[in-house]
Amino acid sequence: MAKARLEKTRLTLGMVPLVDCAPLAIARERGFFAAMGLDVEISRESSWASIRDKVAVGVLDGAHMLAPLPLAMSAGVSPVGVPMMTGLALSLGGTTVTLANAVWDRLAAINPGAARMRPLPATLLRRLVEADREEGREPLTFASVHPVSSHTYDLIAWLDSGGIAVDRDVRLVVVPPPQMVARLSAGDIAGVCVGEPWGALAMRQGLGRVILTSGDVSPGRVEKVFAVTRAWAEAHPETHLAVLEALIGAARWCDDNRAETAEILARPHLLNLPVGAVAAPLLGEDSLPGDLIRFHRPAANVPWRSHALWYLDRMAQYGQLPPETDRLRLAETVFRPDLYRLAATRQGVDVPPDEEEPII
Amino acid sequence: MSLRVIVVDDERERAALVTQALTANGFQVVAVLGAGACPAHRVTELAADVIIVDIDSPDRDMLEDMRRVTFDCGRPVVMFAQDGNPETIRAAVEAGVSAYVVDGLKPERVKPVVDVAIARFRQFQELRSELGRTKATLAERKLVEKAKGILMRQRGCGEEEAYRLMRKMAMDRKVRLADIANRIIEAAQLLG
Repeated sequence: MAKARLEKTRLTLGMVPLVDCAPLAIARERGFFAAMGLDVEISRESSWASIRDKVAVGVLDGAHMLAPLPLAMSAGVSPVGVPMMTGLALSLGGTTVTLANAVWDRLAAINPGAARMRPLPATLLRRLVEADREEGREPLTFASVHPVSSHTYDLIAWLDSGGIAVDRDVRLVVVPPPQMVARLSAGDIAGVCVGEPWGALAMRQGLGRVILTSGDVSPGRVEKVFAVTRAWAEAHPETHLAVLEALIGAARWCDDNRAETAEILARPHLLNLPVGAVAAPLLGEDSLPGDLIRFHRPAANVPWRSHALWYLDRMAQYGQLPPETDRLRLAETVFRPDLYRLAATRQGVDVPPDEEEPII
Repeated sequence: MSLRVIVVDDERERAALVTQALTANGFQVVAVLGAGACPAHRVTELAADVIIVDIDSPDRDMLEDMRRVTFDCGRPVVMFAQDGNPETIRAAVEAGVSAYVVDGLKPERVKPVVDVAIARFRQFQELRSELGRTKATLAERKLVEKAKGILMRQRGCGEEEAYRLMRKMAMDRKVRLADIANRIIEAAQLLG
């Protein structure tokens, strides 16, 4: 019945190979898009920069994005900026910090008990940083996936908890998710903060240890969103809602069918990785917590404005946002729980009331 | 002084096209790198002003401006977009080009470099689709020849008659001649 009203039925949606693109991939592979009358092609992109630029100029209709990316694009602080909109969160949590074996071994030599704790106390790392400085060694380098990301903020927060400051004590660089394992293997990176399954894969390849998960720093935080430009949303309101409806159904399916989700995601045209590594973060194997990543419950798909504000506060704190930016207005125009509510209601999904908005 | 350019592209023929055109326009290409070569680290070393990067290169995220958060790179690079006009950006993305410049460089100095890259990326795209079409045509011609041979043997007819039969069948069924050829070949294989 929805078909007749759709402004556009053939769509190309972008994703970066990560476990949290699952709702998009599953909506395509398990027919949730087709059921809404949509013919969707999933385009695997090699970087967040590529996703951002292609969505901004309309080469992609919409995409899997780091939650703060549409905020940065709308604030005009990202190189290619246009007003963006998200009516749906794709996932909560799902990122890990992996330390290279060589660094972990040195920590274990200082204090074997503390090195085995998770989260690993950053104060232990500080002892290593201080020892390195006295010996005149090069500072350790850590990698995040993007300047504007939960990964960057979690890494900084964890390092800060041990009195370690980026730039003063350690370096921070950007490495795209699919290259994290190779960089750990090359030995020039001490630790990486990346979305799964890249941490699980590094562990399985014997390259490092997961010492911290997103749940240790900010449990229940919106990690990825499905975003479109505001212009696209305004030109295709029914199509947009149909995509959101399909994604809600797919996200619920992902939570209920995690082993099968892993099997589908591992396929060559999607993540192209061993199924075991993809399954580990979804099923809580390899000592990863079972609730590391959530796709639908509890109210995981709501693009909460409080979460947008949390990201905007971090951006402001680290000088990524001009001081005069109206953060509340930005949060309200970009994160659109009202669109989620409309789509969820059509799908018969219970929607939490406004006043239950969670603060991270 | 002429701008110093780094080209990051895994597609070697395209990189060569771009390099040649940039040189002809008076720019200096100081390095051509493949993916994973960490161009950010080479910027200072090579005293580069502009980096032309394939839009699908995974290295792009490494070039993104970390602003005050970090990135201790001697010459901070920013994507060439903020000062460029929207049409240039759209044309660049559609052609598959992204460009990074050392912070502070005037847009009017950079734009000619980006324009050359866009033109060459487009040219390469056209060459490649042209090559694809030529290959497809040749493959189809081979199929038609093979099917014609099968028909001539089966029906004991001449070449022209076989061709006429196939064309009529294609027109009646509103499919392409190559599709009819394919069906004839498949049927012949099935019947041995």
